Amino acid sequence: MSTIWVYAEIHDGKLDPASLELVTKAKQLGDVEAVVLGSGATEAAATLGKYGAEIVYASDDQVYDDFIAQPHVHALAELIGDNAPDMLLFAMNYDSRDIAGRLSARLGSTLMSNVMEIESVDRAKTAIIGGSIIVDVALEGEPKILLARPKSFVAEETGGEATVVPVEAEIPEDAKKAKRVERHEEAATGPKLEDAPVVLSGGRGLQEPDNFKHLDELASAIGNAAVGATRAVVDAGWVPYAYQIGQTGKTVKPSVYLAFGISGATQHIVGMKGSKRIIAINKDEEAPIFQISDLGVVGDALKILPQLIEEVKSRKG
Amino acid sequence: MNIAVCVKHIPDPNVPPEMDGKYLKREGVQGVLDPGDEFGVEAALQIKEAQGSGEVTLVSMGPASAQEAIRRGLSMGADKGVLITDDKLKGSDALVTARVLAAAIKKAGEFDLIIAGVESTDGYTGTMPATLAEFLDLPQVTFAKTIEAGDGSVKVNRQTAEGYHVVECALPAVLTVTAGVNEPRYASFKGIMAAKKKPLENWSVADLDLSDDDVAIKQDVAEQTPAEERKAGEVITDDGTAAAKIADFLQEAKVI
Ligand SMILES: Cc1cc2nc3c(=O)[nH]c(=O)nc-3n(C[C@H](O)[C@H](O)[C@H](O)COP(=O)(O)OP(=O)(O)OC[C@H]3O[C@@H](n4cnc5c(N)ncnc54)[C@H](O)[C@@H]3O)c2cc1C
Ligand SMILES: Nc1ncnc2c1ncn2[C@@H]1O[C@H](COP(=O)(O)O)[C@@H](O)[C@H]1O
Repeated sequence: MSTIWVYAEIHDGKLDPASLELVTKAKQLGDVEAVVLGSGATEAAATLGKYGAEIVYASDDQVYDDFIAQPHVHALAELIGDNAPDMLLFAMNYDSRDIAGRLSARLGSTLMSNVMEIESVDRAKTAIIGGSIIVDVALEGEPKILLARPKSFVAEETGGEATVVPVEAEIPEDAKKAKRVERHEEAATGPKLEDAPVVLSGGRGLQEPDNFKHLDELASAIGNAAVGATRAVVDAGWVPYAYQIGQTGKTVKPSVYLAFGISGATQHIVGMKGSKRIIAINKDEEAPIFQISDLGVVGDALKILPQLIEEVKSRKG
Repeated sequence: MNIAVCVKHIPDPNVPPEMDGKYLKREGVQGVLDPGDEFGVEAALQIKEAQGSGEVTLVSMGPASAQEAIRRGLSMGADKGVLITDDKLKGSDALVTARVLAAAIKKAGEFDLIIAGVESTDGYTGTMPATLAEFLDLPQVTFAKTIEAGDGSVKVNRQTAEGYHVVECALPAVLTVTAGVNEPRYASFKGIMAAKKKPLENWSVADLDLSDDDVAIKQDVAEQTPAEERKAGEVITDDGTAAAKIADFLQEAKVI
């Protein structure tokens, strides 16, 4: 039986939900163990256990909150040396990417990014060319390192209890070079983009930043909805980066995705084409987004939005 | 301050990509300097200009045509370039790419900063720079939105999922830059002419003292299949009733 390790990211004591997705997937491949480093790790170990991790290596040391990647790599390399897992799974998030990347050099292990499916300990799939071709990749050497896109797998609680093994790595001073000195995070309101059953997404076709207020209004009329955006408008500074959907942003799979004034570039589509139903409103009948929409409306998003808000309000009574 | 910038030559992203067997076709197609790397070149030039001294060296691994990407960066104002070309490197994974670039950077000189893009436009692995940093035994700060380079340290606003963190890091270090960190300059005619005379070295794997084992690629495409396509559904033209039709659809989907 293979041993699969999941590196579980933790922020302010909160476990990254993608780590539970990875634990669930790993359970189909072998015995699952997890590593969690930073404040709140020991508490998080219990949750990882509920999803199927049998052993959780944990340390609550703040050194992992304060410094980027190097302490984690130091601790992981030690643990891996002692335990020799067959595969290491990371979620493709900011910190995990850095840690996985460094670990690849430290261990001389090949690393595969953007993983969407894992078939066995030496085979995984990803999409290339903006999601149009699926490649099935054979991996050699031990341990393999995989960075999986969040939302590739569905987390399932199985019930269980993990044995917690404290991590006691001594972090050398020269691994404490990149230090977080301030944190500026915007607390998101309403349901999270990744979890909302309805996503209302805006692109450059909304003409100006102020018009995103229509999406906010529609979101509150619908209720369980979150607002997203394309990179074009994020780069233009209309909305924060946290709104971005696509290859370099979030992956969403809502029940309904509504695209307002979005052309449908492959890099955007790759982040939303797993949606159950897609509605697109675009004034250009040739817009590529219509090729993947269940309902396409050729029209002016700015005219339709206020009407739709009224329509939804009146139907909800 | 001496700065190395990793620059990648990629097939023009505005032209539909072609495959060459297992890999993206790179030779005989229109290529460009990865737009993500223009931000890296610009960041290096701005730091050099602010400090009034130092050199900017561009480092790239790729086929001979990748010279064009280096020339482009030189015409923006970088001082010199190094290109590593070798048939053995075709289809390299991020690990081998990082090992080769690390060896080339060590051979090219001493640098206070090494700058790369967050992810390449064609491959978007997004891990090469972190792997490179580990090979060089340097810290790294990825996803820079702003950079303030001082004496012996750098201060970066690092993008996170919900905002940004301010990170301070001792130099030398590896940085990756996001789109939007700056506004890359255009190459002037004078710059393009000057670039033709700037030094550009060509190295192979043998020049870097790397063994065949060091550049052995440990992942391979076993199979390729077209992704399942979603089918286009109904497309209507708004005649004033589209909002009602969308609302019907939302009701059918039971979300309102
Ligand atoms: C490496 C890389 C990574 C990328 N990652 C991402 C990513 O993660 N996410 C992402 O979204 N993009 C990403 N992109 C960018 C992507 O290629 C597109 O540029 C971007 O998605 C386009 O955004 P848009 O649809 O808002 O703008 P545009 O392409 O400009 O489209 C605007 C659309 O609005 C329509 N329109 C105009 N006015 C109206 C109106 N009044 N009513 C209705 N429709 C109207 C137009 O017909 C047009 O189709 C990436 C690009 C690269 C190179
Ligand atoms: N072959 C290469 N030559 C030079 N730089 C590269 C190469 N591959 C990747 N890079 C750099 O590493 C960054 C991230 O690339 P990647 O990890 O491949 O997505 C790119 O934006 C480049 O700056």
